[in-house]
Amino acid sequence: MITPKYTREIPQRYRLEAGRCTGCGYIAFPPRLVCPECDSRDFEKISLTPSGTILTYTVVHVAAEEFSTETPLPIAIIETDDGARLTAQVVDCAPEEVKIGKRVKLMFRCVQREGHSGIHQYGYKAVLED
Amino acid sequence: MREVAILGVGMTRFGELWEMSLRNMFAEAALAAIDDAGVDHIDSMYVGSMSSGLFVHQEHIAAMLADYLGVAGIPSTRVESACASGGLAVRHALFEVASGASDIVLAGGVEKMTDGADATDALASAADQEYEAFHGITFPGLYAFIANAHMEKYGTTREQLADVAVKNHDHGSMNPRAQFPFKLTRETVMNSTMVAEPLRLLDCSPVTDGAAAVIVASMDVAQKMDRPIVKVIASGAATGAIAMHSRKDPTTIPAVGLAAERAFKQADLTPEKIDVAEVHDCFTIAELVVTEEMGFVELGKSGEAVSAGETRLGGRIPINTSGGLKSKGHPVGASGTAQIIEVVEQLRGDIGERQVEGARIGLTQNMGGSGASCVVHILEGVS
Repeated sequence: MITPKYTREIPQRYRLEAGRCTGCGYIAFPPRLVCPECDSRDFEKISLTPSGTILTYTVVHVAAEEFSTETPLPIAIIETDDGARLTAQVVDCAPEEVKIGKRVKLMFRCVQREGHSGIHQYGYKAVLED
Repeated sequence: MREVAILGVGMTRFGELWEMSLRNMFAEAALAAIDDAGVDHIDSMYVGSMSSGLFVHQEHIAAMLADYLGVAGIPSTRVESACASGGLAVRHALFEVASGASDIVLAGGVEKMTDGADATDALASAADQEYEAFHGITFPGLYAFIANAHMEKYGTTREQLADVAVKNHDHGSMNPRAQFPFKLTRETVMNSTMVAEPLRLLDCSPVTDGAAAVIVASMDVAQKMDRPIVKVIASGAATGAIAMHSRKDPTTIPAVGLAAERAFKQADLTPEKIDVAEVHDCFTIAELVVTEEMGFVELGKSGEAVSAGETRLGGRIPINTSGGLKSKGHPVGASGTAQIIEVVEQLRGDIGERQVEGARIGLTQNMGGSGASCVVHILEGVS
């Protein structure tokens, strides 16, 4: 386990901490030092709303080694309700249920056991809303 | 800035070259380019490679390859921009010659992908490691994001995706250097193994070993040699968000549009003036989107255009006459340089049965990762 890396990523992986640009409102996830929209360097810390909509998705059938036992693995680009974008697995459903436009909630889950990022990496995954 | 020409080209065949090491592949391609140009020395060199570290555990390859090419002593620089490394290496060689700092520069690319590394894992390092790859997304998966969004927004069909592979394999069947020089049917593509829905194995470019190199020279030097001259009339490059989810519209690759716009402006040309183009078809959907981004086809109409034969040999704008990354193979760091070689040979008019008749102006488009970097070159045959 690479302890400094694991610890450093906890705010985003566990708590969805992001930076909201005080100039234009752009939400940077993960936080950035410079706003890509307006060049402002002034951000306030927020936590993303843990719900959103699937913008696009795929179902991975051939995965990298650390995910090879989890295929077919649905993964989506999600826009959270506050307008941030992120990539996350979509779980607790049949792969064919995942569609563009479906509503999801972001949940705290184990994402990886072993791999380059270390051991037992927790983070966010998406679950379809009813 | 001085005018610059591509004076010589050389490449290995592409494929699983188990008998060849990274250093020998590069030296073979570079020596072929030097011999083709007829030059007796090079002033410096640039080497594109995505990840010799992950693929063969060897970094510092700019120096190593200068050494093995027998030119130790000259400056040698490695250029890395994922799958755009080979195109970007040529761009930097162009600048070095155009600035007057050097007269003759070798630029090339190389990748050794079949020496046992986990290629899926190594390639995923061109994505955002912490916010994309961490969640299990692969490269085919990222392009599958684009494909599903494009199908939803524009009605692009599974058959149209397959037709990109069919066209490029038709072209590649005429290329003796291609890794997979055989034809495919639409049904074969659509029944191949699923990789990342909706992309199947035959929507994906293969894992490939190979190297490619060109000699970049000032027009003064080029005009003294008894060789056909292909002038570089534009080099446009751009970057975009590293994570695909950070882009405003998942059906677009903005860096491609930006790089092309800069190149067309520099050359003072419009897309209609291009006679032949090599574009970055790492996946079938990639070819569709980049032809839209560069203005070869209308936004959302790329699927219809490929199925109507507009982009095949004999069509309105022949794209990927080499077979593209799809059929020719995709040794990631070498692909951008190999695209330039195909276009140079087209503009020289001596490429054989896949010749685009009367081709005078050609374009290459090479991008890194899911499109966070892109480089576009426009070349003109002048002799």
